[in-house]
Amino acid sequence: MPIVLIVAEQQPDGALRKATLNALAAGAQLAQKAGAELHAVALGKDVAALAEQLKQHGPKVVHAAASPAFEHYLAETYAPAVAELAQSLKADFVGAASTALGKDLMPRVAARLKAAMASDVMKFDGSGADITFTRPMWAGNVIADVKLATPVKAFTVRATEFQPAPAGGSGEVKAFSPTAAPSGATKFVEFKEVKSARPELTEARVVVSGGRGTKGDFKEIEALADELGAAVGASRAVCDAGWVPNDLQVGQTGKVVAPQLYVAAGISGAIQHLAGMKGSKTIVAINKDPEAPIFQVADYGIVGDLFKVLPELRAAIKAAR
Amino acid sequence: MKILVTAKRVEDPESKIKVKPDGSGIVQEGMKYKINPFDEIAVEEGLRLTAKHGGELVVVSIGAKEVQEQLRHALAMGAHKAVWINHAGPLDQMAIAALLQKVAEKEKPDLVILGKQSIDDDQNQVGQYLAEFLGWGQATFASKAESFESDAEKNKVPAIAVGADNKSVKVVREVDGGLATVECQLPAVVTTDLRLNLPRYASLMGIQKAKSKPMEELQPSALGVDVAPKMTVVKMTAPPSRKAGIKVPDVAALVDKLKNEAKVI
Repeated sequence: MPIVLIVAEQQPDGALRKATLNALAAGAQLAQKAGAELHAVALGKDVAALAEQLKQHGPKVVHAAASPAFEHYLAETYAPAVAELAQSLKADFVGAASTALGKDLMPRVAARLKAAMASDVMKFDGSGADITFTRPMWAGNVIADVKLATPVKAFTVRATEFQPAPAGGSGEVKAFSPTAAPSGATKFVEFKEVKSARPELTEARVVVSGGRGTKGDFKEIEALADELGAAVGASRAVCDAGWVPNDLQVGQTGKVVAPQLYVAAGISGAIQHLAGMKGSKTIVAINKDPEAPIFQVADYGIVGDLFKVLPELRAAIKAAR
Repeated sequence: MKILVTAKRVEDPESKIKVKPDGSGIVQEGMKYKINPFDEIAVEEGLRLTAKHGGELVVVSIGAKEVQEQLRHALAMGAHKAVWINHAGPLDQMAIAALLQKVAEKEKPDLVILGKQSIDDDQNQVGQYLAEFLGWGQATFASKAESFESDAEKNKVPAIAVGADNKSVKVVREVDGGLATVECQLPAVVTTDLRLNLPRYASLMGIQKAKSKPMEELQPSALGVDVAPKMTVVKMTAPPSRKAGIKVPDVAALVDKLKNEAKVI
């Protein structure tokens, strides 16, 4: 039986990265169309708890690769192990969530397997070996159907396009000890966590973003975000000015988000920015300029000063709940 | 040190992308083209590194004769030499990496720096494929710890730190939840994130000088690379379009809509 192998991701704190559950759901969807069996692989210094958790979310087999060599993620140590497992299983499809780790790792795995690859897959169609992968190009301005002609096919999936795989399954956990020796050409030095009580931008259900109109004062943006349990985003202009940290940028050259609710405050709506957020379900725009292009994509717009509107909005939302 | 950087020709990121009615591609009429913004950052980092440590910066692009524009632009920014792989027609990421592998084997750079992705295909694969094909270390999504307002940025200090023995680089990588630092033995492959540096403009003198800088032409067949795509785009469609919504008069009306119509709060 063909096999779909999904690479699970352990966060630096040891917990399972949530996007893995979305990748498992995508893997299950693909396995169903391809008439395949879903497997997962977890790599780390200690993956016993992770494997026990994973086996409840759909995979028939969870391959647990525990080794001190996997303590810190490096593409050069993980890729040979994943490729070796894929080869020994004769897996037809190898994928992961399109996180920083997934994006870094999967092309290197694909290269070892001489596999063509589709990134950020949103949907699978077709049956058997004839699978069509749907993925965004030009920052989501184009949706492309692509086919991969290699025997093994690699992919990453856009987590927001798949509901997390529910618990309830009972797969089997198998230990896996890769024989490939890592090259040691790259060493892990350190990981500096950017601490935030707010959700990850690309995983958040609600995003509140600020633009040039904030003049660098994000207090009201942050206050509304905290009221809504939202992530904070920003336009490129704001990041380039050094007003907020770099990793908050939403846009074609920043992060692409698709939350249930996106609030754009003081953002004019450059094409660059729109490309990163127009997949959001509901968009609210607050801007002083009634002609701002952001109103062209917003479901609801308010023309006004964000420093007046945001505090009112925060109070009204609090009262409405 | 010798550094190889890439300069892919892509649609200007400020332009409107429209899908052709038959879904075979995007509308090209009236389109402006640029160096892929992430590659431009790679060129800038290469310039800073060779300015600090000495050496040569070679820029490579793949495509029909139009890509010479992007190569000349990189030369005008300050790159020393260009390599043009003359190929018309579609290429997948594996083929691009295989072509770059041949150029790297020929040029023998200490470091290859590429954009983390190109803003047309958005695949984010070539650097990683290339590193594996070459058997080199990789540091993707290279970033800078300091802000763009810092003195280091104003003084065009490279963000990639070269080891004292010139045999390794330390790279700060932008990853989920923070910044990860890795140390790669050279030669290595680095891909750039947006936050690595602010690329310079080409000066008038640079543009003049670029005209007489060397540009080598190579053919994929002569490099012995099979470029037949293993990944093909069957069809392109436009994403579901958003209709402009309504302007609401006040916050009370907005909250009412969010609660009762959109049901998102």
